[in-house]
Amino acid sequence: MNHITVTSNEFLKMVEKSSPKSNIFTNCLKAFFSGGLICGAAEIYFYFLENHLTISKEQAGLLVSATLIVIAAILTGMGIYSKLGKFCGAGTIVPITGFANSMASPAVEFKKEGFILGVGAKMFAVAGPVIVYGVLTSAIVGIIYFIGSKL
Amino acid sequence: MNYKKKGTQTIIFSEPIKISSAASVTGPKEGKGPVAKEFDVVLSDEYAGADSWEKAESLIVEKTIKIVCEKASLTKDKIDFALAGDLLNQEIGSAFGYRESEIPFIGLFGACSTFGEAIGLGSCLVDGRFAENIIASASSHFCAAERQFRFPLELGSQRPPTSTWTVTGAGAVVLSKNTKGSGAFVTGATFGKIIDLGVKDANNMGAAMAPAAADTVLAFLRDTKTDPQTFDKIITGDLGYLGGELFLDILSKEGINISNYTDCGIEIFDKKTQDTHCGGSGCGCSATVFCARFYPKLVSGEIEKVLFVPTGALMSATSSQQGETIPSIAHLVVVEHRR
Repeated sequence: MNHITVTSNEFLKMVEKSSPKSNIFTNCLKAFFSGGLICGAAEIYFYFLENHLTISKEQAGLLVSATLIVIAAILTGMGIYSKLGKFCGAGTIVPITGFANSMASPAVEFKKEGFILGVGAKMFAVAGPVIVYGVLTSAIVGIIYFIGSKL
Repeated sequence: MNYKKKGTQTIIFSEPIKISSAASVTGPKEGKGPVAKEFDVVLSDEYAGADSWEKAESLIVEKTIKIVCEKASLTKDKIDFALAGDLLNQEIGSAFGYRESEIPFIGLFGACSTFGEAIGLGSCLVDGRFAENIIASASSHFCAAERQFRFPLELGSQRPPTSTWTVTGAGAVVLSKNTKGSGAFVTGATFGKIIDLGVKDANNMGAAMAPAAADTVLAFLRDTKTDPQTFDKIITGDLGYLGGELFLDILSKEGINISNYTDCGIEIFDKKTQDTHCGGSGCGCSATVFCARFYPKLVSGEIEKVLFVPTGALMSATSSQQGETIPSIAHLVVVEHRR
Protein backbone atom coordinates (compact mmCIF):
# COMPACT_ATOMS: atom_id res chain seq x y z
CA MET A 1 0.00 0.00 0.00
CA ASN A 2 1.23 3.46 -0.86
CA HIS A 3 1.07 6.10 1.81
CA ILE A 4 -0.27 8.69 -0.60
CA THR A 5 -3.89 8.12 -1.60
CA VAL A 6 -4.01 10.12 -4.84
CA THR A 7 -4.92 7.81 -7.73
CA SER A 8 -3.18 7.65 -11.08
CA ASN A 9 -6.13 9.29 -12.87
CA GLU A 10 -6.39 12.12 -10.39
CA PHE A 11 -2.67 12.70 -10.50
CA LEU A 12 -2.42 12.70 -14.31
CA LYS A 13 -5.16 15.37 -14.32
CA MET A 14 -3.15 17.42 -11.81
CA VAL A 15 -0.06 17.09 -14.02
CA GLU A 16 -2.00 18.11 -17.12
CA LYS A 17 -3.39 21.14 -15.31
CA SER A 18 -0.09 22.33 -13.83
CA SER A 19 2.32 21.61 -16.69
CA PRO A 20 3.51 24.74 -18.47
CA LYS A 21 2.60 24.57 -22.17
CA SER A 22 4.69 25.54 -25.16
CA ASN A 23 3.45 28.77 -26.67
CA ILE A 24 2.13 27.38 -29.95
CA PHE A 25 1.26 30.76 -31.45
CA THR A 26 4.72 32.35 -31.01
CA ASN A 27 6.40 29.09 -31.98
CA CYS A 28 4.37 28.97 -35.21
CA LEU A 29 5.14 32.61 -35.91
CA LYS A 30 8.89 32.12 -35.38
CA ALA A 31 8.86 28.94 -37.50
CA PHE A 32 6.89 30.64 -40.27
CA PHE A 33 9.24 33.60 -40.57
CA SER A 34 12.55 31.80 -40.02
CA GLY A 35 11.56 28.93 -42.32
CA GLY A 36 10.29 31.47 -44.86
CA LEU A 37 13.55 33.39 -44.61
CA ILE A 38 15.62 30.27 -45.35
CA CYS A 39 13.42 29.26 -48.27
CA GLY A 40 13.26 32.85 -49.57
CA ALA A 41 17.04 33.17 -49.50
CA ALA A 42 17.34 29.81 -51.26
CA GLU A 43 14.89 31.01 -53.91
CA ILE A 44 16.95 34.15 -54.55
CA TYR A 45 20.09 32.03 -54.81
CA PHE A 46 18.29 29.70 -57.21
CA TYR A 47 17.21 32.66 -59.34
CA PHE A 48 20.78 33.98 -59.36
CA LEU A 49 22.20 30.59 -60.44
CA GLU A 50 19.63 30.12 -63.16
CA ASN A 51 19.62 33.61 -64.65
CA HIS A 52 23.09 34.97 -64.03
CA LEU A 53 25.23 31.86 -64.23
CA THR A 54 22.91 30.23 -66.80
CA ILE A 55 22.80 26.92 -65.01
CA SER A 56 19.94 24.60 -66.00
CA LYS A 57 16.91 24.61 -63.73
CA GLU A 58 17.53 21.03 -62.62
CA GLN A 59 21.17 21.56 -61.76
CA ALA A 60 20.49 24.88 -60.06
CA GLY A 61 17.97 23.12 -57.81
CA LEU A 62 20.53 20.52 -56.83
CA LEU A 63 23.13 23.19 -56.18
CA VAL A 64 20.75 25.10 -53.91
CA SER A 65 20.02 21.95 -51.86
CA ALA A 66 23.70 21.09 -51.63
CA THR A 67 24.58 24.62 -50.52
CA LEU A 68 21.94 24.61 -47.78
CA ILE A 69 23.17 21.22 -46.57
CA VAL A 70 26.78 22.41 -46.43
CA ILE A 71 25.85 25.59 -44.56
CA ALA A 72 23.72 23.65 -42.04
CA ALA A 73 26.47 21.06 -41.50
CA ILE A 74 29.10 23.75 -40.93
CA LEU A 75 26.83 25.64 -38.52
CA THR A 76 26.18 22.36 -36.67
CA GLY A 77 29.91 21.72 -36.34
CA MET A 78 30.42 25.24 -35.02
CA GLY A 79 27.71 24.76 -32.42
CA ILE A 80 25.56 27.55 -33.87
CA TYR A 81 22.79 25.47 -35.42
CA SER A 82 21.44 24.18 -32.10
CA LYS A 83 21.02 27.78 -30.93
CA LEU A 84 19.22 28.71 -34.15
CA GLY A 85 17.08 25.58 -33.86
CA LYS A 86 16.12 26.45 -30.32
CA PHE A 87 14.74 29.78 -31.49
CA CYS A 88 13.33 28.84 -34.89
CA GLY A 89 11.88 25.40 -34.03
CA ALA A 90 10.16 23.91 -37.06
CA GLY A 91 11.50 26.82 -39.12
CA THR A 92 14.93 25.20 -39.23
CA ILE A 93 13.71 21.57 -39.06
CA VAL A 94 11.38 21.50 -42.05
CA PRO A 95 13.75 22.83 -44.76
CA ILE A 96 16.56 20.54 -45.90
CA THR A 97 18.79 22.27 -43.32
CA GLY A 98 16.99 20.27 -40.60
CA PHE A 99 17.84 17.04 -42.34
CA ALA A 100 21.49 18.05 -42.66
CA ASN A 101 21.60 18.96 -38.98
CA SER A 102 20.06 15.64 -37.97
CA MET A 103 22.88 13.85 -39.82
CA ALA A 104 25.73 16.12 -38.76
CA SER A 105 24.86 16.40 -35.06
CA PRO A 106 25.14 12.66 -34.22
CA ALA A 107 28.26 12.49 -36.38
CA VAL A 108 29.87 15.20 -34.24
CA GLU A 109 28.54 13.71 -31.02
CA PHE A 110 29.69 10.12 -31.55
CA LYS A 111 33.14 10.87 -32.98
CA LYS A 112 34.65 9.65 -29.69
CA GLU A 113 33.34 6.11 -30.37
CA GLY A 114 35.44 6.01 -33.55
CA PHE A 115 34.66 6.31 -37.24
CA ILE A 116 33.03 2.89 -37.68
CA LEU A 117 30.89 2.30 -34.60
CA GLY A 118 30.59 5.99 -33.75
CA VAL A 119 30.27 8.34 -36.72
CA GLY A 120 29.34 5.66 -39.27
CA ALA A 121 26.80 3.78 -37.20
CA LYS A 122 25.23 6.65 -35.29
CA MET A 123 25.02 9.17 -38.11
CA PHE A 124 21.59 7.87 -39.06
CA ALA A 125 20.28 7.67 -35.49
CA VAL A 126 18.00 10.66 -35.96
CA ALA A 127 17.66 10.84 -39.76
CA GLY A 128 17.39 7.07 -40.32
CA PRO A 129 13.60 6.86 -39.90
CA VAL A 130 13.15 9.82 -42.25
CA ILE A 131 15.13 8.02 -44.94
CA VAL A 132 13.42 4.65 -44.39
CA TYR A 133 9.90 6.01 -44.47
CA GLY A 134 10.72 8.57 -47.14
CA VAL A 135 11.94 5.81 -49.48
CA LEU A 136 9.00 3.57 -48.57
CA THR A 137 6.44 6.32 -49.19
CA SER A 138 7.99 7.31 -52.50
CA ALA A 139 8.00 3.65 -53.60
CA ILE A 140 4.30 3.31 -52.73
CA VAL A 141 3.45 6.56 -54.49
CA GLY A 142 5.50 5.37 -57.47
CA ILE A 143 3.53 2.13 -57.69
CA ILE A 144 0.21 3.98 -57.44
CA TYR A 145 1.37 6.39 -60.12
CA PHE A 146 2.51 3.50 -62.33
CA ILE A 147 -0.82 1.66 -61.98
CA GLY A 148 -2.73 4.91 -62.51
CA SER A 149 -0.83 5.74 -65.67
CA LYS A 150 -1.59 2.29 -67.16
CA LEU A 151 -5.32 2.58 -66.61
CA MET B 1 16.56 -7.83 19.76
CA ASN B 2 15.86 -4.15 19.56
CA TYR B 3 15.49 -3.29 15.88
CA LYS B 4 16.29 0.20 14.67
CA LYS B 5 13.53 0.14 12.11
CA LYS B 6 10.49 2.23 13.00
CA GLY B 7 7.12 1.85 11.36
CA THR B 8 6.99 0.79 7.72
CA GLN B 9 10.30 1.91 6.28
CA THR B 10 12.21 4.28 8.55
CA ILE B 11 15.47 3.71 10.40
CA ILE B 12 16.46 5.74 13.44
CA PHE B 13 20.16 5.38 14.16
CA SER B 14 21.18 4.48 17.68
CA GLU B 15 23.82 7.20 17.60
CA PRO B 16 23.92 10.20 15.27
CA ILE B 17 26.32 9.67 12.36
CA LYS B 18 28.61 12.61 11.81
CA ILE B 19 29.02 14.12 8.37
CA SER B 20 32.71 14.96 8.78
CA SER B 21 33.04 16.79 5.50
CA ALA B 22 31.31 17.56 2.24
CA ALA B 23 32.66 18.55 -1.16
CA SER B 24 31.23 19.60 -4.49
CA VAL B 25 32.69 20.10 -7.95
CA THR B 26 30.54 21.43 -10.79
CA GLY B 27 30.59 22.47 -14.42
CA PRO B 28 30.64 26.04 -15.73
CA LYS B 29 26.87 26.49 -16.10
CA GLU B 30 26.31 25.64 -12.43
CA GLY B 31 29.13 28.08 -11.70
CA LYS B 32 27.02 30.89 -13.15
CA GLY B 33 23.98 30.04 -11.03
CA PRO B 34 22.83 31.21 -7.60
CA VAL B 35 24.91 28.59 -5.72
CA ALA B 36 28.11 29.38 -7.67
CA LYS B 37 30.15 30.82 -4.80
CA GLU B 38 29.40 27.91 -2.48
CA PHE B 39 30.83 25.09 -4.61
CA ASP B 40 34.38 23.96 -3.82
CA VAL B 41 35.47 23.89 -7.44
CA VAL B 42 33.78 25.21 -10.58
CA LEU B 43 35.30 23.87 -13.77
CA SER B 44 35.92 26.26 -16.63
CA ASP B 45 34.65 23.87 -19.31
CA GLU B 46 32.49 20.76 -19.62
CA TYR B 47 35.41 18.55 -20.66
CA ALA B 48 37.32 19.12 -17.40
CA GLY B 49 40.53 18.46 -19.31
CA ALA B 50 39.36 15.06 -20.56
CA ASP B 51 38.62 14.18 -24.17
CA SER B 52 35.08 12.88 -23.65
CA TRP B 53 32.17 13.85 -21.44
CA GLU B 54 32.07 10.46 -19.76
CA LYS B 55 35.74 10.78 -18.84
CA ALA B 56 35.04 14.32 -17.67
CA GLU B 57 32.40 13.03 -15.26
CA SER B 58 34.86 10.51 -13.83
CA LEU B 59 37.48 13.22 -13.40
CA ILE B 60 34.92 15.32 -11.54
CA VAL B 61 34.21 12.34 -9.24
CA GLU B 62 37.92 11.81 -8.67
CA LYS B 63 38.44 15.47 -7.81
CA THR B 64 35.46 15.49 -5.45
CA ILE B 65 36.57 12.45 -3.43
CA LYS B 66 40.05 13.90 -3.15
CA ILE B 67 38.68 17.17 -1.74
CA VAL B 68 36.21 15.47 0.62
CA CYS B 69 39.02 13.35 2.13
CA GLU B 70 41.27 16.39 2.53
CA LYS B 71 38.51 18.34 4.24
CA ALA B 72 37.90 15.49 6.67
CA SER B 73 41.68 15.26 7.26
CA LEU B 74 41.57 11.60 6.32
CA THR B 75 43.87 9.72 4.00
CA LYS B 76 42.17 7.35 1.56
CA ASP B 77 43.27 4.27 3.49
CA LYS B 78 41.18 5.49 6.44
CA ILE B 79 38.01 5.25 4.32
CA ASP B 80 36.42 1.83 4.80
CA PHE B 81 33.95 1.86 1.94
CA ALA B 82 32.69 4.15 -0.77
CA LEU B 83 29.04 4.10 -1.78
CA ALA B 84 28.52 5.84 -5.07
CA GLY B 85 26.43 6.02 -8.19
CA ASP B 86 25.54 8.04 -11.27
CA LEU B 87 23.32 8.03 -14.35
CA LEU B 88 25.57 6.57 -17.00
CA ASN B 89 25.11 3.01 -18.26
CA GLN B 90 26.79 0.51 -15.93
CA GLU B 91 27.74 3.47 -13.71
CA ILE B 92 30.94 4.25 -15.50
CA GLY B 93 30.95 7.76 -14.06
CA SER B 94 31.58 6.44 -10.55
CA ALA B 95 33.45 3.25 -11.43
CA PHE B 96 36.07 5.08 -13.48
CA GLY B 97 36.13 7.93 -10.99
CA TYR B 98 37.03 5.55 -8.14
CA ARG B 99 39.28 3.34 -10.28
CA GLU B 100 42.54 4.75 -8.91
CA SER B 101 41.26 5.39 -5.39
CA GLU B 102 41.92 1.94 -3.83
CA ILE B 103 38.82 2.47 -1.67
CA PRO B 104 36.53 -0.60 -1.40
CA PHE B 105 33.70 0.37 -3.72
CA ILE B 106 29.98 -0.32 -3.48
CA GLY B 107 28.15 0.85 -6.61
CA LEU B 108 24.56 1.99 -6.14
CA PHE B 109 21.81 2.84 -8.53
CA GLY B 110 18.85 4.96 -7.53
CA ALA B 111 18.93 7.29 -10.53
CA CYS B 112 18.90 10.85 -9.15
CA SER B 113 18.01 9.59 -5.65
CA THR B 114 21.43 7.90 -5.41
CA PHE B 115 22.90 10.46 -3.03
CA GLY B 116 20.12 9.88 -0.49
CA GLU B 117 20.46 6.13 -0.91
CA ALA B 118 24.22 6.36 -0.37
CA ILE B 119 23.96 8.54 2.76
CA GLY B 120 21.21 6.33 4.20
CA LEU B 121 23.03 3.05 3.58
CA GLY B 122 26.39 4.53 4.58
CA SER B 123 24.92 5.67 7.88
CA CYS B 124 23.55 2.15 8.44
CA LEU B 125 27.03 0.70 7.91
CA VAL B 126 28.57 3.17 10.34
CA ASP B 127 25.80 2.77 12.89
CA GLY B 128 26.13 -1.01 12.72
CA ARG B 129 29.86 -0.68 13.39
CA PHE B 130 30.73 -2.22 10.05
CA ALA B 131 32.76 0.83 9.17
CA GLU B 132 34.29 3.90 10.74
CA ASN B 133 34.46 6.22 7.76
CA ILE B 134 32.42 6.05 4.60
CA ILE B 135 32.28 8.18 1.48
CA ALA B 136 28.86 8.65 -0.07
CA SER B 137 28.90 10.31 -3.47
CA ALA B 138 26.85 10.86 -6.61
CA SER B 139 27.50 12.54 -9.93
CA SER B 140 26.01 13.46 -13.28
CA HIS B 141 27.07 15.26 -16.44
CA PHE B 142 24.70 17.21 -18.66
CA CYS B 143 26.31 16.35 -21.98
CA ALA B 144 26.88 12.66 -21.18
CA ALA B 145 23.31 12.29 -19.91
CA GLU B 146 21.79 14.10 -22.89
CA ARG B 147 23.39 11.79 -25.38
CA GLN B 148 22.49 8.68 -23.42
CA PHE B 149 18.87 9.60 -22.72
CA ARG B 150 17.91 12.11 -25.41
CA PHE B 151 19.36 13.58 -28.57
CA PRO B 152 22.79 14.76 -29.70
CA LEU B 153 23.60 18.17 -28.21
CA GLU B 154 23.98 19.90 -31.57
CA LEU B 155 20.57 18.79 -32.81
CA GLY B 156 18.55 21.93 -33.41
CA SER B 157 15.48 20.96 -31.41
CA GLN B 158 13.48 22.76 -28.74
CA ARG B 159 13.31 21.58 -25.12
CA PRO B 160 9.77 21.31 -23.80
CA PRO B 161 8.86 23.75 -20.98
CA THR B 162 8.45 20.84 -18.52
CA SER B 163 12.01 19.60 -19.05
CA THR B 164 14.81 19.98 -16.54
CA TRP B 165 18.54 20.51 -17.01
CA THR B 166 20.91 17.74 -15.88
CA VAL B 167 23.51 19.16 -13.52
CA THR B 168 27.18 18.66 -14.35
CA GLY B 169 28.85 17.94 -11.06
CA ALA B 170 29.54 15.61 -8.20
CA GLY B 171 28.97 15.83 -4.48
CA ALA B 172 30.45 13.68 -1.73
CA VAL B 173 30.27 13.44 2.04
CA VAL B 174 32.33 11.53 4.59
CA LEU B 175 30.18 9.77 7.19
CA SER B 176 31.99 8.99 10.41
CA LYS B 177 31.56 7.17 13.68
CA ASN B 178 32.29 10.25 15.69
CA THR B 179 29.75 11.56 18.14
CA LYS B 180 32.12 14.09 19.64
CA GLY B 181 32.08 17.74 18.75
CA SER B 182 29.49 19.85 17.02
CA GLY B 183 28.48 19.63 13.40
CA ALA B 184 25.99 18.05 11.05
CA PHE B 185 24.71 14.59 11.90
CA VAL B 186 22.52 12.03 10.15
CA THR B 187 19.96 10.77 12.64
CA GLY B 188 17.52 8.81 10.52
CA ALA B 189 16.66 7.55 7.06
CA THR B 190 13.58 6.44 5.18
CA PHE B 191 14.07 4.24 2.13
CA GLY B 192 11.34 4.85 -0.41
CA LYS B 193 9.07 2.55 -2.32
CA ILE B 194 8.88 2.54 -6.10
CA ILE B 195 5.87 4.66 -6.99
CA ASP B 196 4.45 4.93 -10.50
CA LEU B 197 1.33 6.98 -11.09
CA GLY B 198 1.51 6.63 -14.84
CA VAL B 199 3.50 9.62 -16.10
CA LYS B 200 5.12 8.61 -19.40
CA ASP B 201 6.75 11.80 -20.56
CA ALA B 202 10.53 11.54 -20.11
CA ASN B 203 10.59 15.32 -20.51
CA ASN B 204 8.49 15.73 -17.40
CA MET B 205 10.43 13.87 -14.74
CA GLY B 206 9.53 16.32 -12.00
CA ALA B 207 5.91 15.22 -12.34
CA ALA B 208 6.89 11.56 -12.50
CA MET B 209 8.92 11.78 -9.27
CA ALA B 210 6.68 14.05 -7.19
CA PRO B 211 4.43 11.19 -5.92
CA ALA B 212 7.48 9.17 -4.84
CA ALA B 213 8.83 12.11 -2.85
CA ALA B 214 5.44 12.71 -1.24
CA ASP B 215 5.08 9.03 -0.36
CA THR B 216 8.51 8.82 1.29
CA VAL B 217 7.99 12.03 3.27
CA LEU B 218 4.56 10.84 4.38
CA ALA B 219 6.02 7.47 5.38
CA PHE B 220 8.66 9.20 7.48
CA LEU B 221 6.17 11.52 9.20
CA ARG B 222 3.88 8.60 10.02
CA ASP B 223 6.67 6.20 11.04
CA THR B 224 8.12 8.72 13.46
CA LYS B 225 4.90 10.60 14.29
CA THR B 226 6.62 13.90 13.56
CA ASP B 227 5.17 17.25 12.60
CA PRO B 228 6.76 18.64 9.40
CA GLN B 229 6.99 22.06 11.07
CA THR B 230 9.71 20.75 13.39
CA PHE B 231 12.10 20.89 10.43
CA ASP B 232 13.73 24.11 9.27
CA LYS B 233 13.68 22.88 5.73
CA ILE B 234 12.31 20.01 3.70
CA ILE B 235 14.59 19.71 0.69
CA THR B 236 13.77 17.47 -2.29
CA GLY B 237 16.38 16.45 -4.83
CA ASP B 238 15.39 17.46 -8.32
CA LEU B 239 11.64 17.85 -8.64
CA GLY B 240 12.07 21.34 -10.08
CA TYR B 241 9.32 23.95 -10.22
CA LEU B 242 6.53 21.76 -11.56
CA GLY B 243 7.41 18.65 -9.54
CA GLY B 244 7.78 20.73 -6.40
CA GLU B 245 4.33 22.21 -6.87
CA LEU B 246 2.82 18.75 -7.43
CA PHE B 247 4.66 17.37 -4.38
CA LEU B 248 3.10 20.06 -2.18
CA ASP B 249 -0.32 19.47 -3.79
CA ILE B 250 -0.23 15.73 -3.09
CA LEU B 251 0.80 16.28 0.52
CA SER B 252 -1.86 18.92 1.11
CA LYS B 253 -4.46 16.41 -0.14
CA GLU B 254 -3.19 14.18 2.68
CA GLY B 255 -3.70 17.03 5.12
CA ILE B 256 -0.05 17.98 5.37
CA ASN B 257 0.91 21.52 4.60
CA ILE B 258 4.57 22.34 4.21
CA SER B 259 5.74 25.93 4.34
CA ASN B 260 9.47 25.35 4.69
CA TYR B 261 9.98 23.62 1.36
CA THR B 262 12.71 23.91 -1.24
CA ASP B 263 14.16 21.79 -4.02
CA CYS B 264 17.81 21.51 -5.09
CA GLY B 265 16.70 21.75 -8.75
CA ILE B 266 15.10 25.11 -7.96
CA GLU B 267 18.12 26.35 -5.97
CA ILE B 268 20.88 25.56 -8.45
CA PHE B 269 19.87 27.54 -11.55
CA ASP B 270 18.41 30.97 -12.15
CA LYS B 271 15.16 30.33 -13.98
CA LYS B 272 15.10 33.72 -15.69
CA THR B 273 18.63 33.94 -17.01
CA GLN B 274 19.81 30.34 -17.37
CA ASP B 275 17.10 28.91 -19.63
CA THR B 276 16.74 25.72 -17.63
CA HIS B 277 12.93 25.59 -17.82
CA CYS B 278 11.71 23.57 -14.79
CA GLY B 279 15.08 23.62 -12.97
CA GLY B 280 18.05 21.32 -12.41
CA SER B 281 18.08 17.53 -12.25
CA GLY B 282 20.46 14.56 -12.16
CA CYS B 283 22.33 12.78 -9.38
CA GLY B 284 24.71 15.71 -9.19
CA CYS B 285 21.90 18.19 -8.54
CA SER B 286 20.95 17.12 -5.02
CA ALA B 287 24.53 16.07 -4.23
CA THR B 288 26.21 19.35 -5.12
CA VAL B 289 23.51 21.61 -3.70
CA PHE B 290 23.33 19.70 -0.41
CA CYS B 291 27.12 19.71 -0.01
CA ALA B 292 27.59 23.34 -1.03
CA ARG B 293 24.51 25.12 0.26
CA PHE B 294 22.94 23.17 3.11
CA TYR B 295 25.78 21.21 4.73
CA PRO B 296 27.77 24.32 5.82
CA LYS B 297 24.61 25.83 7.34
CA LEU B 298 23.90 22.60 9.21
CA VAL B 299 27.44 22.61 10.55
CA SER B 300 27.27 26.21 11.72
CA GLY B 301 23.80 25.81 13.15
CA GLU B 302 22.22 28.40 10.88
CA ILE B 303 19.85 25.57 9.99
CA GLU B 304 19.06 23.13 12.81
CA LYS B 305 17.21 20.25 11.24
CA VAL B 306 16.33 19.22 7.69
CA LEU B 307 14.71 16.44 5.76
CA PHE B 308 16.79 15.83 2.66
CA VAL B 309 14.90 13.81 0.04
CA PRO B 310 16.74 13.05 -3.24
CA THR B 311 14.35 11.81 -5.90
CA GLY B 312 14.98 9.45 -8.82
CA ALA B 313 13.21 8.44 -12.03
CA LEU B 314 13.97 4.76 -12.59
CA MET B 315 13.47 4.60 -16.32
CA SER B 316 15.91 4.00 -19.16
CA ALA B 317 15.95 5.12 -22.78
CA THR B 318 14.79 1.60 -23.69
CA SER B 319 11.84 1.53 -21.31
CA SER B 320 10.71 4.94 -22.56
CA GLN B 321 10.93 3.83 -26.19
CA GLN B 322 8.85 0.76 -25.33
CA GLY B 323 6.11 3.05 -24.03
CA GLU B 324 6.56 2.25 -20.35
CA THR B 325 5.55 4.69 -17.64
CA ILE B 326 8.21 6.12 -15.30
CA PRO B 327 8.64 4.35 -11.94
CA SER B 328 10.10 6.70 -9.38
CA ILE B 329 11.71 6.60 -5.97
CA ALA B 330 12.77 8.94 -3.19
CA HIS B 331 15.06 8.26 -0.24
CA LEU B 332 15.01 10.50 2.80
CA VAL B 333 17.68 11.31 5.36
CA VAL B 334 17.30 13.43 8.47
CA VAL B 335 20.25 15.73 9.03
CA GLU B 336 20.57 17.76 12.23
CA HIS B 337 22.93 20.27 13.72
CA ARG B 338 24.36 19.17 17.08
CA ARG B 339 26.31 21.31 19.49
